Amino acid sequence: MHTMAEMTTAKPPLPDGLVAIVKEDCPTCVLVAPVLADLADRASMTTITQDNAAFPQVADWVVHDHDLAYSWFHEIDTVPTLLRVVGGEPTERLEGWKREDWEAFTGVDGLGVDLPDWRPGCGSLSVDPNRTDELAVRFSGSTMSSRRVEIAALEDEWEALYDRDWSDGLPVVPPTEARVLRMLEGTTRAPDEVVAVVPPDLADVTVEKIAINAVMAGCKPDYLPVVIAAVEAICTDDFNMHGVLATTMDVGPIIIVNGPIAREIGMNSGGNVLGQGNRANATIGRAVQLVVRNVGGGKPGGVDRSAHGSPHKIGLAFAEDEVGSPWNSLAESRGFDAEQSTVTVWCGGGPQVFVDQLSRTPESLTKHFANYLKTNLAPKMAMMETLLVIGPEHMSRYRDAGWDRARFLAELDSHLQLETDDLIRGADGIDEGLPEAFSGNTIGKFWPGGIHVVHAGGATGLFSMAFSGWVPPPKGSVCTTKEITR
Amino acid sequence: MTTVLDPTSESRPEQRELVLRPESLDGLTIGLLDISKPRGDVFLDRVEEKLTDLGASVTRFMKPTFAKPAPVDLRHEIATSCDAVIEALAD
Repeated sequence: MHTMAEMTTAKPPLPDGLVAIVKEDCPTCVLVAPVLADLADRASMTTITQDNAAFPQVADWVVHDHDLAYSWFHEIDTVPTLLRVVGGEPTERLEGWKREDWEAFTGVDGLGVDLPDWRPGCGSLSVDPNRTDELAVRFSGSTMSSRRVEIAALEDEWEALYDRDWSDGLPVVPPTEARVLRMLEGTTRAPDEVVAVVPPDLADVTVEKIAINAVMAGCKPDYLPVVIAAVEAICTDDFNMHGVLATTMDVGPIIIVNGPIAREIGMNSGGNVLGQGNRANATIGRAVQLVVRNVGGGKPGGVDRSAHGSPHKIGLAFAEDEVGSPWNSLAESRGFDAEQSTVTVWCGGGPQVFVDQLSRTPESLTKHFANYLKTNLAPKMAMMETLLVIGPEHMSRYRDAGWDRARFLAELDSHLQLETDDLIRGADGIDEGLPEAFSGNTIGKFWPGGIHVVHAGGATGLFSMAFSGWVPPPKGSVCTTKEITR
Repeated sequence: MTTVLDPTSESRPEQRELVLRPESLDGLTIGLLDISKPRGDVFLDRVEEKLTDLGASVTRFMKPTFAKPAPVDLRHEIATSCDAVIEALAD
């Protein structure tokens, strides 16, 4: 048993010359034990033993890899492995036992003449699935600088995380060192790199802190680059996360993922796209909200002053169905290439369904959609912003008629120029409305550029979805796109 | 025993002591900050009347948008030119 002080945390140089790595719990290693002694004698070979310090024997040419540092740092997958070492680093390696290969490798003839010609090796202890987490923490844990919090043996670890106020109300995965290290493998960025300054506390957030919250949210390491890019995007002055959090309205960040990464990590852009059941969709948005909560200090009842909130404030992320769309993607419409992976963050409230099961022409469907959108937020509201999620069956009307995104937006907007006399305060017996000074004119329901459109949803169902927005740019929140880098 | 990593910023916003309430408003300069919500001015006009009656002098300020925190320069101006400030949240 070794104490922590004796544990090696740096890469140990191997002895120069020939080196064999073995373990006693491997029949092939046991088989070649006489060959190891022979090569120690005839070729000054060192044998590094993983499990038993006295295997193959107690001798000055046998070294015990007590903490598996040699095996871990020099990436030994199989035992026995023969290494040729120059300046402490292996320059060549040979795995398993094959007499003619060992003779060629060592330059020594007549090795193990009584042994079978060939036997495969066994797995190295350093890649034993029951040990890799512990080894990763032992040898890489020092790269993480966050405070270690010990949860006592008698504490329920899930309850302990609630007690520390680190949860959005659902259980969070305990962010152990091993899990966070695994999460960090999802990015090439250094753990201590500062990604953004998170409102409302204006706290620096590092890649490591994002990884911790991603673990808690239930993300896989592959999702981490998406979470990092989304955190970057919401923490810009443009997106104005402080205001999004502090408002009494129901809004929160909505994350739309475009490009190859969405398909690579298995995000849902199809059936139930805004609902439950897909791990990436469910956890990416949640991780971003946990960063705001835990790093930024933004909590309901604190700076989050929302009167009602919305179910999507737990976190909402989804992918656009680009493959099935006749239009350019949201990201392409915002100046990015189809090969780039991006996140677009937009501030909005909860989505509502738009039902049209009878329109057969794009003209009819668009006019109906516009009529529906006139009530977005409230009938008296103008110059607002919206996000439309057009379902595949509705999109087929536009595909069949050859309408592109620009045509759709122009036609839709033409139906959304409203008579201000209907909208001013007091009109139709309703106190709410535009100031009297606006009367006798027309005004757009949405500001120019205020309609964002993505294609997503299940293949069957003549429905689309529309989100209501918040205070439009530049005073409120600006829709923001960032490229995702690994 | 499980060891977990702290998911927070590991810092808390600075706690500041509240300043003492002024005994009287006589001769004090009171800032009125309109956050630019509709009808905030109606509320602040009335507050200004009341404060003036109590002998205070009033300076009016306005945020560019209610949707964002007050700019640093505005906060500095209020802090250096007023004895106290009243912020209007209105709709």
